[in-house]
Amino acid sequence: MAELQFREAIREAIDEEMAREEKVFIMGEEVAEYNGAYKATEGLLDKYGYKRVIDTPISELGFSGIGVGAAMNGLRPIVEFMTFNFAVLAADQIINHASKAGYMTGGQISMPIVFRGPNASAGQLGATHSVAYDSMYAHFPGLKVIYTSEPDDAKGLLKSAIRDDNPVIFMESEQMYGMKGEVSEEEDYIIPIGKGKVKREGSDVTIVAHGKMYHVAKQAAAQLEKDGVDVEIIDPRTVKPLDLPLIVESIKKTNRCVVVDEAHPFAGFAAEIGFLIQREAFDYLDAPVQRVTLPDVNAPFAKNLFDAWLPDAKNVIEAVNQVTYRN
Amino acid sequence: MAKKKTDEVNFAPRGIGDEKDGAVQKGVDLPAPTKKKHKSLGLSEDDLKAMYEQMYLQRRFEERAMQQYQKGKFGGFLHLYIGQEAISTGTVFALNDDDDIITAYRDHGWGLCRGITPDEGMAELFGKKTGCSKGKGGSMHFAKTENHFWGGYGIVGGHIPIGGGLAFANKYNQNGRISATFFGDGAVDQGAFHETFNIANLWGLPAIFAVENNGYSMGTAARRHTVKEIVDRAKAYGMKSKVVNGMDVFSVYEAMKEVSEEVRDSSEPYFLEIRTYRYRGHSMSDPQKYRTKEELEEYQKNDPIERLKTYLKDEKILKDKEIEEIEEKVEQEVLDAVEFADNSDFPDESALYDDMFAEDEPYFHN
Ligand SMILES: Cc1ncc(C[n+]2csc(CCOP(=O)(O)OP(=O)(O)O)c2C)c(N)n1
Ligand SMILES: [Mg+2]
Repeated sequence: MAELQFREAIREAIDEEMAREEKVFIMGEEVAEYNGAYKATEGLLDKYGYKRVIDTPISELGFSGIGVGAAMNGLRPIVEFMTFNFAVLAADQIINHASKAGYMTGGQISMPIVFRGPNASAGQLGATHSVAYDSMYAHFPGLKVIYTSEPDDAKGLLKSAIRDDNPVIFMESEQMYGMKGEVSEEEDYIIPIGKGKVKREGSDVTIVAHGKMYHVAKQAAAQLEKDGVDVEIIDPRTVKPLDLPLIVESIKKTNRCVVVDEAHPFAGFAAEIGFLIQREAFDYLDAPVQRVTLPDVNAPFAKNLFDAWLPDAKNVIEAVNQVTYRN
Repeated sequence: MAKKKTDEVNFAPRGIGDEKDGAVQKGVDLPAPTKKKHKSLGLSEDDLKAMYEQMYLQRRFEERAMQQYQKGKFGGFLHLYIGQEAISTGTVFALNDDDDIITAYRDHGWGLCRGITPDEGMAELFGKKTGCSKGKGGSMHFAKTENHFWGGYGIVGGHIPIGGGLAFANKYNQNGRISATFFGDGAVDQGAFHETFNIANLWGLPAIFAVENNGYSMGTAARRHTVKEIVDRAKAYGMKSKVVNGMDVFSVYEAMKEVSEEVRDSSEPYFLEIRTYRYRGHSMSDPQKYRTKEELEEYQKNDPIERLKTYLKDEKILKDKEIEEIEEKVEQEVLDAVEFADNSDFPDESALYDDMFAEDEPYFHN
């Protein structure tokens, strides 16, 4: 095991895949000369040159589409967004083209492309820079969606994403790039897409949480432990395809579940998991599934409002108290 | 036939085609400033004093804001306008007060110029309920719609069509107002820019579109992210255009006065490339490795505030002492604003749900 920052894990994955396969290249705003807005691509320009590490103008729709065309024509692009909040401008290429071209041409087109970058909020950046988009992309057939929480997952899953022959949305967080974690030193370390992980074993309640919210769940679990509540945390890592069996298995043991998601409540990840649990594990539940999400409100700037808006450990503990009837 | 494989394939930016000795030129070429004096521009001595005070206010407001940010008084992004003050000031003095202005996230100078008080501005940075946007927007979203300042927007290029829409409504209502939309050089690469230019000319929208070309889009020199001269984009859309020296408030005023009159009379859009330079980093966390100190100093020699100060003195409009009085007054205003912001309350928790919908008691999904 090596201790790496999240950004280093991302860089290693990209570096290894670029070294392994000539057709892999990366493009995005400030990825080359500036070494990445968040330094995830540091050193790659020096190593691979201007052919494979490419700065783009602020033209999200255009460069994403160029990625799509290049993928159709045999390359394996990694398209970096400064955040998925700006990928909204590229939604036409991702949603109307990348996810559909193969299907509507009767399988004549393959689309090995990764769209990656930070997702959701990163402190007080206001309403347009703070949205979690993983559930939205997961809504569309034809896309795989990954939102990782720790450097090890990031490395193994990004390598898988780059090798995948489908469009993959790969999400990170500005606030996690500096976070350190143990990363496998196994040569060619691959984590299969669609496999979740039990990140904390427990017997009283299951918390499902991914991305940045995994860390919130972890904090809550540590506090709950002091109160004698034994929390199991499942990090699905991949939003779609979802590792439902792992979640169901856990609920069979704990009989209670809280889903923590940094998105708005309507038709989000938490809503979907809640539905699936009632369908697949209804008889095992001792309490209705609860969810902790953002409110149905845009991100405010003011510090106190932002703190109230963002799910925190306290919200998670309240939800756990509800499903365990501790209040 | 497609080119054969060579070792030289690369996608390095081509720049603008004027590389010297192999290096892409950075910064911007400033056109000569206007030679006209204030009287022939139609500016009174009082106008000049007000302009000086306004530019100095924008500068000191941001310098103090930066200090407060570094002290940890507020968070989020902080994009400083320092160096570009002649553009907001020259424009606001030239346009009618009810002409509509909209800009990007580098918006403090614009807000102050259009009547956001230093108190309201600083409180917004601090995220306080007394801020111009009630603390809900922060640095990137100053706004004062009653003064026809429609705000700062954080998605690069996103507000360009909106500026067209402001003009559309003005034409629709035949109210004689025009809109002026400001954006950075980075935004000219967005599709929204091109779509809007086409529509604006197609429908004859009374709109000024102005790029504040400060030479850089974050860490990328303008000449590395866009091809050819930005001003020439207008040609493709049959739009009139002009390059303006944005480090000289008289030049901006002159151009804006002329162009606004023409746009108002003709109901045709107009494109201005206003060349300028930002002194500070893109935002507070920018190590600025992409430019040299010498380059920065070169542009600072053209500082718009110093330039006006020199003019005021040379023309014997203000004595040193009178200039000092203005500066002291501004200094005090800004210090008071910091105190006001610091002492103001954060928004009430319930404000989280305010301003989402038009209704008083809207539906929130839960
Ligand atoms: C659609 C979109 N893409 C990327 C960004 C991130 N971003 C914010 S400002 C900026 C640079 C813009 O530079 P420019 O337009 O020249 O304006 P300046 O900062 O120089 O005023 C970038 C890339 C964004 N806010 N929106
Ligand atoms: Mg710029």
